[in-house]
Amino acid sequence: MAEHQYDARIEHLLRELAPQVLGAVARRFRDFSSAEDVVQEAMIAAFTQWPQEGVPDNPRGWLIQVACRRMTDHVRREIARRERETAVAAEAESLPATLDIEADMDRDDTLILLFMCCHPALTASSAIALTLRAVGGLTTAEIANAFLVPEATMAQRISRAKQTIKASDVPFRLPSPHERTERLPAVLHVLYLIFSEGYASSIGSHLQRLDFAREAIRLTRNMTTLLSDNPEVLGLLALMLLTDARRAARTGSDEELIPLDKQDRTLWDRAEISEGIELLTAALSKGSVGLYQLQAAVAAVHDEATRVEDTDWPQIMALYGLLKRVAPSPMVTLNHAIAAAMVHGPAKGLELLRVLDSDSRLAGHYRLDAVRAHLFEKMGDHEAAIKHYRIAAARTTSVPERNYLMMQAARLAGD
Amino acid sequence: MKYILMMTGKKSDFEGYARWSKEDLQANMSFMRAFSRELKNSGVFVSTEGLGWPSEAKLVRAGKNGEPITDGVFPESKEFLAGYWIIDVETQEQAYKIAARASQAPGPGGKPGNMPIEVRPVLSGHADLGL
Repeated sequence: MAEHQYDARIEHLLRELAPQVLGAVARRFRDFSSAEDVVQEAMIAAFTQWPQEGVPDNPRGWLIQVACRRMTDHVRREIARRERETAVAAEAESLPATLDIEADMDRDDTLILLFMCCHPALTASSAIALTLRAVGGLTTAEIANAFLVPEATMAQRISRAKQTIKASDVPFRLPSPHERTERLPAVLHVLYLIFSEGYASSIGSHLQRLDFAREAIRLTRNMTTLLSDNPEVLGLLALMLLTDARRAARTGSDEELIPLDKQDRTLWDRAEISEGIELLTAALSKGSVGLYQLQAAVAAVHDEATRVEDTDWPQIMALYGLLKRVAPSPMVTLNHAIAAAMVHGPAKGLELLRVLDSDSRLAGHYRLDAVRAHLFEKMGDHEAAIKHYRIAAARTTSVPERNYLMMQAARLAGD
Repeated sequence: MKYILMMTGKKSDFEGYARWSKEDLQANMSFMRAFSRELKNSGVFVSTEGLGWPSEAKLVRAGKNGEPITDGVFPESKEFLAGYWIIDVETQEQAYKIAARASQAPGPGGKPGNMPIEVRPVLSGHADLGL
């Protein structure tokens, strides 16, 4: 038990140090791609050595030293291979002592890494994998395991992502304030995707994969200390906490999905809710409302209702109305229709859904049918509700969701 | 030795399943979850996946320029894979025994469904096939 706790502490420490070490090494060698590889090797060395030999006095220095040594080996091998002469060789020979590199350290390194890993040239799945490894300090094996793909596949995905970054020639430095504003949404989106991957996985039969959600919260929390003035960063962390607070209530004893209106609200995590609300209040006070703050506000309204019938639907409807203007998307329209149905009745909701029939982004998406089914049920049209529950069941890509939707159809058919 | 246990059914079987009563569905789903847990606990589990239904299935062929040509029309008699388990066991008998257990998944009325489970060896040395 004690040993287990010790291992967990080491793991935690390593994840904290990972981006700092990578930042220092990448900055020194001006080669993100190779730096990322050697830091991963150093992390694995620490994972195996520290539990036995104890954590070194200066763990960060230790990791930097190991990574630099491997980098030097790597550079030497490269030189030998290419038989390239003086310029690179001279650089390899004149490596500074590790301590100099450490002094070089910059608290913005984590941010630089995040911007690098969430590069717009990468696909979402590549950006997620690279972020988890380079910034999150997870091993390729852990990431592969979480995504249920072979380790070699994940290693390849990460290596291709790094090639893309290399080819795009992004320098290892903090983007200018202007670039930062432009690229921040991509970074937040990747963090949000990591979170949702953990919260409502659409792959496999396990509805919740906790580590991803926790990891996303940790990374976003880290980001709030680096960009504490940005209301959307605070909003995203608030959204994650306010959603994660319902985790324990979201699945039943048999791993079945329990929707918001049927959850045992006493299981909700009060501490996470108050922290989320506090963050959201701070974000909103900055006066620049955005996508994540509005979604967090919706989550907060749900979380504040101790009974489902206390839910302030007019407020949720108003928030989705705002979202439709700030960040229009078919999912927002869908959620707006649900809220409108709760305020003005299901017919109003169904009417608002009609515009989505011609929207190719949501055509054939199970959510549209699931919501229609729910609204038809509320109207008392069980036949239409059953039909749409079954269409939704056939279209969802998640086993727990399919089971849930089939059960809804069966429940109505049995009445 | 690894074996794959496959559950298959005709389109009409899938449509029938979606129309089972709430209690029958509940019993079947609980059984499936418990079965996967049993496999994991007994140390034979390799992997399992459930597939989308036949309504989501497409047949794809390459067209003249190699572009995908999709078709969703299948004969009524076609058997569709519903899902599978891959297990790693010592003997073929063990694989058959586990398949028989899967076959007992409750059907309508809560009685054992006795649905057929196709069992096939999973070959090793796949690297030689260049896969």
